Amino acid sequence: MIILNAIRFTLLLSILFISPAWAVVEGYKYTFDNIEDTQRFNHLSENLRCPKCQNQNLADSNSPIASDLRSKVYELMQDGKSDDEIVDHLVARYGDFVRYTPEFRADTLLLWGGPAILFVLGLILIFNLRRRQATSAGLSEQEEARLKRLLTSTHPTSAKKDGSQ
Amino acid sequence: MKRPLLFLPLVIFILMGGIFWVGLGKEDKSTLPSPLIGKAFPTFELGVVEDGRVLTTDDLKGQPALVNVWATWCPTCKSEHQFLNQLSAEGIRIVGINYKDDSDKARAWLEQLGNPYDYNLSDPSGMLGLELGVYGAPETFLVDSQGIIRGKHVGDLNPRVWQTLEADFKAMK
Repeated sequence: MIILNAIRFTLLLSILFISPAWAVVEGYKYTFDNIEDTQRFNHLSENLRCPKCQNQNLADSNSPIASDLRSKVYELMQDGKSDDEIVDHLVARYGDFVRYTPEFRADTLLLWGGPAILFVLGLILIFNLRRRQATSAGLSEQEEARLKRLLTSTHPTSAKKDGSQ
Repeated sequence: MKRPLLFLPLVIFILMGGIFWVGLGKEDKSTLPSPLIGKAFPTFELGVVEDGRVLTTDDLKGQPALVNVWATWCPTCKSEHQFLNQLSAEGIRIVGINYKDDSDKARAWLEQLGNPYDYNLSDPSGMLGLELGVYGAPETFLVDSQGIIRGKHVGDLNPRVWQTLEADFKAMK
């Protein structure tokens, strides 16, 4: 029983780690000798952006230009070009727009660092709020004393009387 | 009690509002900047639509030109064609790239609508277009007499667009 549960748990857990295997549009057109190259091709198609369709990668898009770029990627791979060379080749013609992962450069610093900066700002904000809450509820000494009396008095009318002094 | 943080949301709102205002004001967000400006026109060796002779990059040089990427399947190309005829009549050299098209259809189109082009390079596979970073016809490049790309316009040419390009074209040598 325990073993069965363990198997069940492992199977369920494994669902968490499934990454969807995206098929490349018209991927059947491109055949490779080995699985590594097929994976490289899929990876490149998924990480290069179609210039015409604004927010689709080459793997997803049906547009003619995406099809042309897929065959260009294939052609460059057959020429023995590395992934970086292929990306650079397309960037030289279509600009940085075709990259889904922007290069780390001076003008992309904010893009890369922005989330971290916001995260740190958020931490500081939370820290400050917490500290303020912890130190005081904003009551004067007199008010604290009155609050104590109100809370300790059991009789509601006497509490009211006390409070109205 | 002083609470400067109270105004933080307002400040953020104004900042974001400013950024969005500028972003929305940009004329055409689908126009991508071309990395080819200042670079040499890609080398080619292609047949001419009109008469089949084969031309190379050297034939492009010698005189500044508008290099216009067009196709018969492209409706916007039809709408800019009359303006191209007009520019050609004013003595502006226009070289056509017949992009991913059928040469027979292209010849019929030129006969019917007039031919403003010095010549048309036939690029049926779109590979010269790919070298030029073309992602949608019509696109027009400003190319100087040395074969260097000096400017690019995505979309149709019309008198309003030409106003912004004319000075650049006339300045080319």
